Amino acid sequence: MAYSDRYEMVCGVETHVEMATKTKIFCGCSTEFGKEPNSQVCPVCLGMPGALPVLNREAVNLAIKAGLALNCEIAEFSKFDRKNYFYPDVPKNFQTSQYDLPICKNGWLEITVDENPKRIGITRAHLEEDAGKLVHSGETITSSSSSGVDYNRSGVPLLEIVSEPDMRSIDEVIAYLEELVQIINYAGISDCKMEQGSVRFDVNVSLRPIGSKEFGVRTEIKNLNSFNSVRRCLEFEVERHAELYDEGQSPVQETRTWDEVKGITLSLRTKEEAEDYRYFPEPDLVPLVIDKQWVERIKATMPELPAAKRNRFQALGLSAYDAGVLTSSKAMADYFEQALAKFDDAKTLANWVMGDLSGLLNAHSCPIEDSPIAPEQLADLLGLLQKGEISGKIAKTVIAEMYQTSKDAATIIKEKGLAQISDEETLGKIVDEVIAQNPKSVADYQSGKKNALGFLVGQVMKATKGQANPGLVNKLLKEKLS
Amino acid sequence: MKISRKEVEHVADLARLKLTEQEIELYTEQLNSILEYAAKLQQIDTTNVEPTAHAVQLYNVLREDEITDSMETEKVFENAPWAEDGYFRVPKIV
Ligand SMILES: [Zn+2]
Repeated sequence: MAYSDRYEMVCGVETHVEMATKTKIFCGCSTEFGKEPNSQVCPVCLGMPGALPVLNREAVNLAIKAGLALNCEIAEFSKFDRKNYFYPDVPKNFQTSQYDLPICKNGWLEITVDENPKRIGITRAHLEEDAGKLVHSGETITSSSSSGVDYNRSGVPLLEIVSEPDMRSIDEVIAYLEELVQIINYAGISDCKMEQGSVRFDVNVSLRPIGSKEFGVRTEIKNLNSFNSVRRCLEFEVERHAELYDEGQSPVQETRTWDEVKGITLSLRTKEEAEDYRYFPEPDLVPLVIDKQWVERIKATMPELPAAKRNRFQALGLSAYDAGVLTSSKAMADYFEQALAKFDDAKTLANWVMGDLSGLLNAHSCPIEDSPIAPEQLADLLGLLQKGEISGKIAKTVIAEMYQTSKDAATIIKEKGLAQISDEETLGKIVDEVIAQNPKSVADYQSGKKNALGFLVGQVMKATKGQANPGLVNKLLKEKLS
Repeated sequence: MKISRKEVEHVADLARLKLTEQEIELYTEQLNSILEYAAKLQQIDTTNVEPTAHAVQLYNVLREDEITDSMETEKVFENAPWAEDGYFRVPKIV
């Protein structure tokens, strides 16, 4: 029995986003991903005594931009604090974060689930630094005798975005995360490369009997790094809560971890063992004062956000579904718009981008921004199709070849001799041959079996390797058989 | 305000310090005398004083987002008690 018959779920999410700056938040080390371990470190991000942090202006700009994109108030006065805890990935034994005066607060974003729009509140968004990366000697941390630490990630700027506990179903949670990641990605706050861990989620979840106004006991599951993990983790966790309540018990307030392989959550620490971070103001960093002009300057750089883009695409005649798919990532939307500049039949273009092109990209696990077929090249191909120079069937062959070679459609059509045969004389000869070779079908057609024509058209297409203009073939056959 | 032996134990635990019985007693006493001294500040009327975020009246000290040289590998590990294959190594964490 599904939990939702008896209980209502209440969920809030903390999202950590690695921001797209060139350098770290408090030092000039590069933030580039995938470099040799400990090759992008310095006294500041290694936490060496006496090293002093200096705040990266761009990290502040991006935090303001995120705040504006999420309808937040931007704090005029903001400061940094030390969050004290001991863990080998934090070389200073504290993380520089923001405690009581975050840079952004009181925002919202809108989600739509089952065609119902709903606002999800954003409590706050604050700046902090990322920790290093641990590589354990064994399979898990508990089975390891030692661990390696790479501090390249230490000090990469993070934005922590905290939602209100406004979500009431797993679908709402996923819709919130998708919309949030899209906004962050569109606004250029982060490249949002989930597979590189540049976005991580902590979810807080509780259940309460349907109709109840009070919150149940919540558990927090930390460090989920994909939408799919969040979904599976929540599916497990709400059922766990429901079973406990059904048996007259209750979950305990605690932090849990998600075991991706086993598909279960496990206790990390209970409320009694909860961290005591002893936050205090960071004496090595002076406060931030953000005036109206600064905010206005950032506002002026704000690109079109996903919701506005979806509306605009729908105004081009696309369905809500198509507009949703085409705006699912900024790279996809950019591709579509660049192609649209050269080929203005939005519906046909959408079908090809979402159909054949996406099919080829998915088959090769290639992100659209690295597509071997440039948007202009796809537009040219569709232009040739529109003008009748190639048939739809040939266009499918050509796009596959374009994907392999990155050549222009026109070049491939010329090299392979794939141009549509629209010449009446040439086609007439082939039609004559087909008529001569298929007396039975001809007789069928002439005795009134009209579907025999389809067979004859097929034979002409076969004889021309799909290059015959189907409209013309139809016309010629009808003429010659009448 | 007086801090108890229990609080000293808690703080020591947070700081990963293992204290002996005598040390716990000594530090409870010493911490109390420090806090008592600092408590003099409580006598000042701060009704209309904004909380201080920083000791100096300075704001927005920022750097541009430009890459500077990182440390050379040998230097990075110079003070590390244990390093291997480009990683700092630490003993069993949990
Ligand atoms: Zn550094």
